[in-house]
Amino acid sequence: MPVEVILPKVDMDMATGKIAKWHVKEGDAVKKGALLFEIETDKASMEIDASSDGIIRNITAVEGAIVPVGQAVAMIYQDGETVSASIAAQPLPPVKPITPAPRPDAEQPAVIPAASASGRFPATPLARRLARESGIALESIAGSGPRGRIAAIDVRGALARPAVPQREGTDLISVDGMRRTIAQRLTLSKQTIPHFYLTVNCDLTRLSEIRERLNAHAPRDAQKLPVWKLSINDFIIKAMASALNQVSDANVIWADEGILKHHSCDVGVAVAVKGGLFTPVVRAAETKSLSQISKEMRDLAGRARARKLLPAEYQGGTTTISNLGMYGIEQFTAIINPPHATILAVGAGIERFIPIKGQPVLRTQMTCTLSCDHRAVDGAVGAQLLAAFRTFIEEPALMLA
Amino acid sequence: MNAPIRELTYAQAIQEALATAMEADERIFLMGEDIGVYGGAFQVTGDLVHRFGEDRVMDTPISELGAAGIAVGAALAGSRPILEFQFSDFATLAMEQIVNQAAKMRFMLGGKVSVPLVMRFPSGSGTGAAAQHSQSLEAWLAHVPGLKVVQPSTPHDAKGLLLAAIDDPDPVMVFEHKLLYKMKGEVPEEAYRIPIGKAVVRREGRHVTIVATSIMVHRALEAAEVLAGEGIEAEVIDLRTLRPLDTATIIESVKKTTRLACVYEGVKTLGIGAEISALIAESEAFDYLDAPILRLGGVDSPIPYNPTLEKAAVPQTPGIIEQVRNLAKGRI
Repeated sequence: MPVEVILPKVDMDMATGKIAKWHVKEGDAVKKGALLFEIETDKASMEIDASSDGIIRNITAVEGAIVPVGQAVAMIYQDGETVSASIAAQPLPPVKPITPAPRPDAEQPAVIPAASASGRFPATPLARRLARESGIALESIAGSGPRGRIAAIDVRGALARPAVPQREGTDLISVDGMRRTIAQRLTLSKQTIPHFYLTVNCDLTRLSEIRERLNAHAPRDAQKLPVWKLSINDFIIKAMASALNQVSDANVIWADEGILKHHSCDVGVAVAVKGGLFTPVVRAAETKSLSQISKEMRDLAGRARARKLLPAEYQGGTTTISNLGMYGIEQFTAIINPPHATILAVGAGIERFIPIKGQPVLRTQMTCTLSCDHRAVDGAVGAQLLAAFRTFIEEPALMLA
Repeated sequence: MNAPIRELTYAQAIQEALATAMEADERIFLMGEDIGVYGGAFQVTGDLVHRFGEDRVMDTPISELGAAGIAVGAALAGSRPILEFQFSDFATLAMEQIVNQAAKMRFMLGGKVSVPLVMRFPSGSGTGAAAQHSQSLEAWLAHVPGLKVVQPSTPHDAKGLLLAAIDDPDPVMVFEHKLLYKMKGEVPEEAYRIPIGKAVVRREGRHVTIVATSIMVHRALEAAEVLAGEGIEAEVIDLRTLRPLDTATIIESVKKTTRLACVYEGVKTLGIGAEISALIAESEAFDYLDAPILRLGGVDSPIPYNPTLEKAAVPQTPGIIEQVRNLAKGRI
């Protein structure tokens, strides 16, 4: 029997995946474990390997096609097996640019419509009539029904949206799944999570000293390179985890069933990537050394930028750190990354004169603003968390205790 | 002055219609197996033999073809026969008389004669009567031009449709449902008629149209009640007559709701649901459809004797709820 190559489910809430790139073509001989193709979900990309030896046949999804989870996209034939023409005869079409209009009462995420081989789009008779009467092209509408079928609700949704001004001098940039996910989740967050904000200034004098000394004394590896180069952000991750460990009432997320208190202090870190951002999570950061955190973060950030993170690596945690200090931003407020309960917006280290014993003294300060989900974290708890964070930043030696 | 509401069972309502018609018209007589002293397999004729005598309530031998032939001949000769089949399944035995004779006489003789007969068919599953006594063959007869086919779903309709059938100058097939005989409902005392060929909207709704027949009307109404609690407003049409079909009522409803489900007990394949689906696909309502048409009918199997399988062989309320919900929510 030929072996089906299916589009695997690599993420909990994944319904479809996009075939980003094929690494094999029709008729190629493959060994078990060979790279077959790459898929792209709305959050990450993934490499899919051959599950057995054989010849690749019946590739049914072209690059760019969006395929439901579990659907066969190719077959691996053993020697002597005959190829089924019926599967080969039905190639999946490439996907068209989309403007999704999820059916309000639908429980499934909207499936992106695929043009049929004839270039027609599946649509109900009513949707076709409405589109015809209102002069809107079916191609511009995303269907929310099974197999991407466009229903009346999708047409009405498309009509209700203000037309994108297509004036000269503008370009419409079609957006990918990640961009849409960001748009969806942050809109949901800002609209449904009752945010409040707390701000403190943290003195970086001691942290900078310790960081310089730790980096200066880093042991060397075989190539005579230092085995660590700690960044201020590594200290911030460790300080946030230590603060959550101390103020455990803040190490929570709001869930429908109640407030979910986490045992370990897992800290998400926002990493800007082309076209969006990822928030890989440093697990149990309160138990890890600064050099461990630094090494882990370097790996996670690198793979985030290459969109090679596994879903498990950016899920979970109760908080996020968003650091825009490298752009010289002094202070900002961040939108909570659901389902987290807090997010820490970190500004740049800025030299300021501050009064010490009646005298202006030049000190480097970092302004941090904590956004809290008031459903799970009250003002006093949020304040305790941020105060503890400041203490760990200003007295980094405490993180050794 | 309001008359008090009077309730009869479906079987009593039929008996009342028979008695009312027989009182008014001496040409009317009843035929059937065990309808006399025994009162009928489902006690529909009851004691009518004592009221009208054996000349007008006649037991027949166990020969459906013979009885049907006598009924056709009597109707041609000026009588108004009403023939009861013990089970609708036995219509198969009388097909020659029903299909080739009763249905065709008026047409083949240039309209010079008519065949004013009524045949009553206890039909449907749910009584543990197994494959040869549980079928819903109404679509077979509804396929024949020259016949009229009605399916009352309530005691009220059982009386009104039967009186209209008796008045009708052409052969009318009345498909009664065995599970409905004991159902009670309001039945006025006067001799009212329900026009053949007219459906009725049993419940109004705006999200989905359910066209149902016979006992499925009640299951559809139960489903509609549950779905209403979820915000899905189903319109339930009781077809009442299969031939001639009330196309206007169905088309108007689908134009309003944009979604159609057909719920019927007969075998789904090539059944009444297929006819209604095609009717909508061919009509002006096509451009109003916002979902595929859903057919819920009997499975492609003889009705099983095993009670669990017997239930599973025809639409039941939970399945109707689930499928119509999926239809209304755009999941099919």
